[in-house]
Amino acid sequence: MPFSTHRPLPKEIRKLQDSIEAKAAEYGLDFFDTVFEMVDYDEMSMLAAYGGFPVRYPHWRFGAEYDEMMKSYSYGLSKIYEMVINTDPCYAYLLTANELADQKLVIAHVYGHCDFFKQNAWFSKTNRRMLDQMANHAARINRYVDRFGYEEVEKFVDRCLSIEDLIDPHLPFATPREEVARHAEEERKRHETAPPADRFEAKSYMDEFVNPRETLEKQDRERKERDESARDSRKFPERPERDVLLFLLDHAPLKDWQHDVLSIIRDEAYYYFPQGQTKIMNEGWASYWHTTIMTQFALDPSEVVTYADHHSGTMATSPQRLNPYKLGIELFRDIEERWNKGQYGSDWETCDDRGAKENWDLELGEGREKIFEVRRVHNDITFIEEFLTPEFCAKHKMFSFAYNDSTDYYEIASREFQKIKKQLLTSLTNHGRPVIRVLDGNYRNRGELLLGHDWGGVELRQDWAKATLSNLSELWGRPVNLETTVDDEPAVMFCDRDEFDVTPKNPRARRRRPDAMRFG
Amino acid sequence: MSRAIDRDSQRFKKIVRGKIRGDLKKYVTQGEMLGRKGRETVSIPVPNIQIPHFRHGKKGSGGVGQGEGEDGQPIGRGGRPGDGDGPGTAGNEPGRHIREVEVSLEELAEMLGEALELPNIEPKGRDEISATKDRYNSVRRTGPDSLRHVKRTYKRALKRSIAAGEFDPKNPVVIPVRDDEEYRSWTTRPEPQANAAVIYMMDVSGSMTEEQKGIVRTEAFWIDTWLKKQYGGLQRRYIVHDAVAHEVDEDTFYRTRESGGTRISSAYAACEKIIARDFPPSEWNVYAFQFSDGDNWGEDNADCLAKLTDDILPDCNLFCYGQVESPYGSGDYLRELRRVEGEHDRLILSEIENREAIFDSIKDFLGTGR
Repeated sequence: MPFSTHRPLPKEIRKLQDSIEAKAAEYGLDFFDTVFEMVDYDEMSMLAAYGGFPVRYPHWRFGAEYDEMMKSYSYGLSKIYEMVINTDPCYAYLLTANELADQKLVIAHVYGHCDFFKQNAWFSKTNRRMLDQMANHAARINRYVDRFGYEEVEKFVDRCLSIEDLIDPHLPFATPREEVARHAEEERKRHETAPPADRFEAKSYMDEFVNPRETLEKQDRERKERDESARDSRKFPERPERDVLLFLLDHAPLKDWQHDVLSIIRDEAYYYFPQGQTKIMNEGWASYWHTTIMTQFALDPSEVVTYADHHSGTMATSPQRLNPYKLGIELFRDIEERWNKGQYGSDWETCDDRGAKENWDLELGEGREKIFEVRRVHNDITFIEEFLTPEFCAKHKMFSFAYNDSTDYYEIASREFQKIKKQLLTSLTNHGRPVIRVLDGNYRNRGELLLGHDWGGVELRQDWAKATLSNLSELWGRPVNLETTVDDEPAVMFCDRDEFDVTPKNPRARRRRPDAMRFG
Repeated sequence: MSRAIDRDSQRFKKIVRGKIRGDLKKYVTQGEMLGRKGRETVSIPVPNIQIPHFRHGKKGSGGVGQGEGEDGQPIGRGGRPGDGDGPGTAGNEPGRHIREVEVSLEELAEMLGEALELPNIEPKGRDEISATKDRYNSVRRTGPDSLRHVKRTYKRALKRSIAAGEFDPKNPVVIPVRDDEEYRSWTTRPEPQANAAVIYMMDVSGSMTEEQKGIVRTEAFWIDTWLKKQYGGLQRRYIVHDAVAHEVDEDTFYRTRESGGTRISSAYAACEKIIARDFPPSEWNVYAFQFSDGDNWGEDNADCLAKLTDDILPDCNLFCYGQVESPYGSGDYLRELRRVEGEHDRLILSEIENREAIFDSIKDFLGTGR
């Protein structure tokens, strides 16, 4: 694989890497081989714009991101210190202009990420050869660009990207659909060939009276008819389909190259999804290890001030946005302390004595072990669900806030534990994005697409929904409908390319049975 | 070597430019970028250069934060639609916002030229007038702190301390003294260029309202922008008049409000004086723009025409008269000029009924390529 720089790592950095890597392994971190590269800020911005990969397909949004990063760096607003990608081996980038203390910190931080990538269950299905895969995607799309023209391909990529997040995060872990279908089919066959279950048990001389032949035959006939009509009027898709991209791949009238481009976008979306799913944990874990390694091992006394300054900058909190680094590291530390002292389990939970709780220390020393287990099995949602405690929220002055329509301000809503936790989980669910499913691929029996929005209290931004639906209708080739909630009332958005309409939901159309659709 | 990211970033810029171009007429007629003028660039807010997704709206949204504060205390604005996510999710996404795109005035002029199909101007072939330009390309030993060349200063200090045997590698402290200081400095170079002068005249009598002046201001901005692109150096002069004329600076030009009658010939006299004093026509490309609502004292008209045709027109590349429609003005003066329009191809007349008409009026004025 040709790589970005081919520059040999400076000797001093190489030495640092070796010693920090050995230390990380000694602590029990388990990572893929890690390759460091030194890049300047321009290269770093380019790689960051490309999502960490040196080769991506041509697209203007990479240029837009690059532009923004270079600008905000040159105005002194932000700076990317490090980047690491989830591949085997892991590639990580260091900024040439950083001083040595910063390099140490970044290297230690990177080993935390690499361990997380390799060990966390949610990453287990990602493609570790993504470097090749991305280059392959780029080559394929470049080929289409050559054949069909830049703007044609770009227009299509724009549309695909508009819906790239409509995937099913649990799909990589689900039983393959073919298998599910095969099971269902077997089940049906067994059911069909089995003796009629509506026979009552009876002594042989009574059988004719208990189970009259006419009745049995009638029931049998009815059942067969029922089965048949059920098969005929089968919905499509059978169950609401969360992976909208897959549904389009299977059923939308796409040309071959378009099909390929859409599948590329989908592949990449699945690759990146776990990173969003574990942001708090991943950053928390990496931060936990950079502080541990730096303060216990790598830091030279002369670098303390630089390190402290850098670390506290990374951990800064703000009222408006939870810092995932800060929340993550503090939760890991909290878990470590609780399991060290045995502050968990039913004895702990049912204890009402504040004094006893404050001095609770069973000296179990299970903390380290526990956090290693936590980083293996959890994602952000289950992490918060299981380990966020009222004490933790109070200690870190957490609050929930809500948008106030009348003042156009976000206002502090509550400091109650349950409300904070609920709000936090809501914001994390599906990355805080709306969940959209395909409900019907032949809506109103006119080949229209019907989508459903799982309304959870927050309405869609209408201008964006309109633009996105328009892109969807271009892909689907027919009008697209979306069941959602507008102004607190159930409604259906209709979109056919440039035509857009919102209507209150027809009560009859609410029953999604195909036979009811005919009237809808 | 050309990198992939350059290709993507060029493409992005092209899309941005395309958006601006599409909305150019709106930008031109609304004049909304006048206030945003930097030295060389204007920044234009360009919405919608992003890929739409299904996203939650503000209503009913919220999040979790950290810090002090009572219930109900505001922590951040909802922002305008299009401003992005607002506060919220646990840092999963960087905040999105409307992109402010910086466009150089020259580029803007180019877009305007394309949109209006303006021909390039052939300057009268005299490049001997020179402007001077400062370039920061040298150093010297004195200067203001803001121009201090830190690296050079410290290098000198290091050299000095090593030479003096004061440097200790174990404690590598280098302190520059006065003698070590070096400062960035410039050299001034003459650059030959074809020069142009624009003389703006405006009637500020009572019948010209703020709206009319706004139109003039917007139109003048675009005329400046175009001419600046065509010529290396552009000098501007401003004349206001009612019954008498005064030469004023740009700011006063747009602010002055007089009352009383209108004698256009007074402005012509002032214009003639400025040309004679500052811009000998053999060396300068002179442009004169006159804006008025068309009111003039009847007996003054003959005098005006004489001055215009005999004195001003021969000295100018173009003389443009823009008549802004006002609720009070009669608009008679345009009729006077129409009578002689055919005889003078340097005389351009244009009627500007409202803001919308600015676009076409610019084309009237600059469409000749003179």
